[in-house]
Amino acid sequence: MAYPNVAKAHYASELQSIRGGGLYKEERYIQSPQAARITVEYPLGAPPKEVLNFCANNYLGLSSHTEVLEAARHGLETRGYGMSSVRFICGTQDIHHELEQKLSAFLETEDTILLPSCMEANAALFEVTLDKDDAMIADRLVHASIVDGMRLAKAQLYNYKHSNMAHLEEKLQETQGCRFRMIITDGVFSMDGDIAKLDEICDLADKYNAMVMVDDSHSTGFMGKHGKGTHEHCGVLGRIDVITTTLGKALGGAAGGCISGRKEIVDMCRQRARPYLFSNTVPPVVVAASIKVVDLIAKSTDRRDKLEANTMYFREKMTSAGFDIREGVHPIIPIMLYNAKLAQDVARDLYSEGIYVIGFFFPVVAQGQARIRVQISADHDREHLDKAIAAFTKVGLKYNILGKKKDEIIAMYGA
Amino acid sequence: MAEDLKKMLIDYVTKEYLDEDSDQVITENTKLISGGIVDSFSMVSLKMFLEKKFQIKIPDEKATPEAFDSVNNIIKLVQEFVHS
Repeated sequence: MAYPNVAKAHYASELQSIRGGGLYKEERYIQSPQAARITVEYPLGAPPKEVLNFCANNYLGLSSHTEVLEAARHGLETRGYGMSSVRFICGTQDIHHELEQKLSAFLETEDTILLPSCMEANAALFEVTLDKDDAMIADRLVHASIVDGMRLAKAQLYNYKHSNMAHLEEKLQETQGCRFRMIITDGVFSMDGDIAKLDEICDLADKYNAMVMVDDSHSTGFMGKHGKGTHEHCGVLGRIDVITTTLGKALGGAAGGCISGRKEIVDMCRQRARPYLFSNTVPPVVVAASIKVVDLIAKSTDRRDKLEANTMYFREKMTSAGFDIREGVHPIIPIMLYNAKLAQDVARDLYSEGIYVIGFFFPVVAQGQARIRVQISADHDREHLDKAIAAFTKVGLKYNILGKKKDEIIAMYGA
Repeated sequence: MAEDLKKMLIDYVTKEYLDEDSDQVITENTKLISGGIVDSFSMVSLKMFLEKKFQIKIPDEKATPEAFDSVNNIIKLVQEFVHS
């Protein structure tokens, strides 16, 4: 064993610097299943407190749904706990294949491959499908996992200003000499909840003969009339070449992700994607429960419809209360506070009021764009929403930010 | 050369990284990385732009956030490789 003192001192100093910058992340211990109402031990050692959860990706409220739990139990009993293998050796069960087919049918794609997470789907895709003569043209605000995935690829990296179609077109013109081009975007951007202009992106892709890739992690299951995702919401079903998404948010929230799209692209990933080849298979219990989730959302849009109604209600009431919120239709609702300390103080006070939300600030969002990101769920009842709105209003009055716009908040608290 | 280079880089950074409605003015000393104008993701494409424009290869160990943190720093970086 060799753990040099200089290494120990270096790590300690780095950690101190993270703490000094107010960026040290602390875990909060939840002592209940994931739901609208949870029991939390925070800070460590404090008596457990019941709070309303407004920061989970549990959009459809399926994380602890009784039918999903039952399907998981059945999967555990009939297919076991683990597979102790990667997919291509002895890690593929009939249910893995069944889930892939169900996802393809739901997303209206040609084929699907499961991966341990969407992070790994994004790590795999570009390296497998693009080479040094190709170009990746990405929106500047894509998720960190896409950035990491692109760094693993040999293809040339271009990016365009967030959702700026004129700038994207410039990049498409600039890369005319490349063999293949892939336009890369999130379907919904996780910090602002804004939606990619997929209709315009697909038109540009057609014009310049480029492929389109969308990470739909914050959309699958509820965006669009039938909840298929942003490709349905934007009216471009069948025009997206490759979608990556997660089972870890709206679709039960446990684990797992996938690449879904053109048959050849998916098949290439089955042959060459390193997270597929060298990482364990998605556990049977997760697969069995995910099949039930896909069945539930394919059969009925009730939960998706309730989520939409909850989202509109919360957005409307919070706007009327005088909060500066980013307009939109997505259940990610950024309450803009601009100042990092203010965002942390407001989140702390809301926790005291029984509302669990988190403040986000630089470097997670751009400098001077600190906010609280509220996430609405179909599991929230009107009573939960009203309680959160009342708590926000009380705390908003305390900090005198109601009815104040960006410049006024910055004038009071700084950016 | 430095004045031409400075103007070209200021124009490029302004056009490439600021929104059309931004009233921010980029100067040779404006903090680009630490000021939140260019993030680490966009720095990769800025490096690629410089390499193509000047037909140079900037080694990864030289492509630090500090080296890209202002137009003046970028000029020093480019000159190091254009002249070598």
